[in-house]
Amino acid sequence: MKILVPVKRVVDYNVKVRVKSDGSGIDLANVKMSMNPFDEVAIEEAVRLKEAGIATEVVAVSAGLANSQETLRTALALGADRAILIETDVELQPLAVAKLLKAVCEKESPQLVIPGKQAIDDDSNQTGQMLAALLGWPQATFASKLVVNADKTAAAVTREIDGGLETIEIALPAVMTTDLRLNEPRYATLPNIMKAKKKPLETTTPAALGVDVAPRLKTLKVAEPARRSGGVKVADVAELVEKLKNEAKVI
Amino acid sequence: MPILVIAEHDNAVLKPATRNAISAATQIGGDIDVLVAGSACAAVAEAAARIAGVTRVRLVDAAHYADHGAENLAALVVANAPGYSHVLAPATAAGKNFLPRVAALLDVAQISDIVAVVSTDTFVRPIYAGNALATVQSVDPVKVISVRGTAFEAAGEASPVSVEALAAGPDLGLSRLVGRELTQSARPELTAARVIVSGGRALGSSDNFHSVLEPLADALGAAVGASRAAVDAGYAPNDYQVGQTGKIVAPDLYVAVGISGAIQHLAGMKDSKVIVAINKDPEAPIFQVADYGLVGDLFDVAPALAAALR
Ligand SMILES: Cc1cc2nc3c(=O)[nH]c(=O)nc-3n(C[C@H](O)[C@H](O)[C@H](O)COP(=O)(O)OP(=O)(O)OC[C@H]3O[C@@H](n4cnc5c(N)ncnc54)[C@H](O)[C@@H]3O)c2cc1C
Ligand SMILES: Cc1cc2nc3c(=O)[nH]c(=O)nc-3n(C[C@H](O)[C@H](O)[C@H](O)COP(=O)(O)OP(=O)(O)OC[C@H]3O[C@@H](n4cnc5c(N)ncnc54)[C@H](O)[C@@H]3O)c2cc1C
Repeated sequence: MKILVPVKRVVDYNVKVRVKSDGSGIDLANVKMSMNPFDEVAIEEAVRLKEAGIATEVVAVSAGLANSQETLRTALALGADRAILIETDVELQPLAVAKLLKAVCEKESPQLVIPGKQAIDDDSNQTGQMLAALLGWPQATFASKLVVNADKTAAAVTREIDGGLETIEIALPAVMTTDLRLNEPRYATLPNIMKAKKKPLETTTPAALGVDVAPRLKTLKVAEPARRSGGVKVADVAELVEKLKNEAKVI
Repeated sequence: MPILVIAEHDNAVLKPATRNAISAATQIGGDIDVLVAGSACAAVAEAAARIAGVTRVRLVDAAHYADHGAENLAALVVANAPGYSHVLAPATAAGKNFLPRVAALLDVAQISDIVAVVSTDTFVRPIYAGNALATVQSVDPVKVISVRGTAFEAAGEASPVSVEALAAGPDLGLSRLVGRELTQSARPELTAARVIVSGGRALGSSDNFHSVLEPLADALGAAVGASRAAVDAGYAPNDYQVGQTGKIVAPDLYVAVGISGAIQHLAGMKDSKVIVAINKDPEAPIFQVADYGLVGDLFDVAPALAAALR
């Protein structure tokens, strides 16, 4: 079976972002970019399925600026077989990404699509569910365990939910979004980074896929949240209890 | 046009997050219908009918909604969406699961995790782990919105409105619940707790996590939370995780024990009214947001604090 993994280039999770002074967005100049951490988990899961003889091919897809190629090369170095870049400089919103991915799925016919549960920049947590809806496929979000059945027509997925864990069985083809505890992704080794340079990377565009990616949400402004000012250090437990009782009045 | 709020429940009890979503709907303005979809869930519909601000409750009772599978629930919401200007649900694991499906089927954007209502089409939502707040305007005919519970008061009680039965949709048969492993706890639910005691990697083991934090939580009547590092290490179950990718909480008092204060953790708790940090490293970033910081070894401080509070 073929697995499609959408990967997004985002600001590295270690970077503390700054809002632009004119309130138009986030200052992304000279900021370190990386693959969305949830997508590293997704690639890892797909590659493990291939190593286990369950998957036959892993295709990574990214939509965005030309430099998303770097993210795709990382995916290839981690074990994806080939990559597809959908190049555009339009600000892509989840519905548009889902429509682009749907068009790719119609061409590629994967049995499983594994997006991350959320991208750590925009934190929308939508794309996978939207893709599943557009394809009329089942979905299993926030996955922490995946077991594909022997004839590859269904899978059991354990999901992280508010009260604990839930296991569902879904018919394939399906969309499964990753939570961080699904696996621990490997690091790309130097030889694999070299090999990745020779793996196929195909480029297409929203127009070629026949998808209208016009944004539906207009960002009017981006502001910094009210900053919490650090408080005081207390010397000991007695002082802490006294402050909580008499100053903060929370106990 | 009226607003549709999708109730969250377990067929027996209405989840409190529904009340926060109803508050957000009240701020948008207009009649508010609440959809209760489940199986043998009449009691939930009755509870929803007593929430202040609600105009009408619409109840769909069928076996294939019992487990709230996203596919069937989204299809049902879409079938009943015509005539509504807004569709709202809590931004909980359940809401995040089905609501984007509703938006995609309606061919509209979803506005995730709103923290403020500016007007009927403009909302504020956090991005980049809460390090920025984006004000976004939707140009779609229907606004599909998930609501961050901590940003809106829970709607109170009022005299009951009518409950009207709606026809069920078909069972799409795309997925099936195999089982649930729910964490059993007598403590308050994390997202609704007034006080939270949260533990980090420094607890060192599952045994320590419980033996150090439980007495403190008992003394405070608190819920127990955890950092991702503590959950990943197996000290606490996944549903304890507070943060960007866990739960968003805003209790009156949040006590962080042996937690460094990574951006992703702060994203989940920095709107707490009062934050206490216990950490042996005076430079730990958690102290930058803590109202009261105590530098010390948690294995001494936490038991002493529990004793002092008893
Ligand atoms: C205020 C604001 C400013 C923005 N500024 C910019 C900007 O400067 N430049 C810009 O490019 N975008 C910008 N965007 C768009 C935004 O960053 C996201 O690309 C878009 O909204 C998708 O949301 P998400 O990634 O959070 O989706 P989610 O649903 O959280 O993503 C989940 C998963 O979907 C997949 N996925 C998501 N996007 C892609 C993709 N593009 N390619 C492949 N897979 C994907 C990944 O597997 C990911 O893990 C901005 C948005 C806002 C609100
Ligand atoms: C995509 C992504 C999403 C994430 N989402 C989340 C999330 O939702 N929630 C979350 O919490 N994290 C999240 N993280 C992880 C986050 O970056 C941190 O790794 C994590 O929060 C660290 O947990 P910690 O503070 O328990 O551990 P550490 O950072 O290891 O901190 C332990 C602290 O304990 C102190 N300490 C040690 N011994 C003692 C002692 N005896 N007494 C007192 N203090 C002591 C140390 O000084 C240190 O400050 C995410 C990361 C990524 C990449």
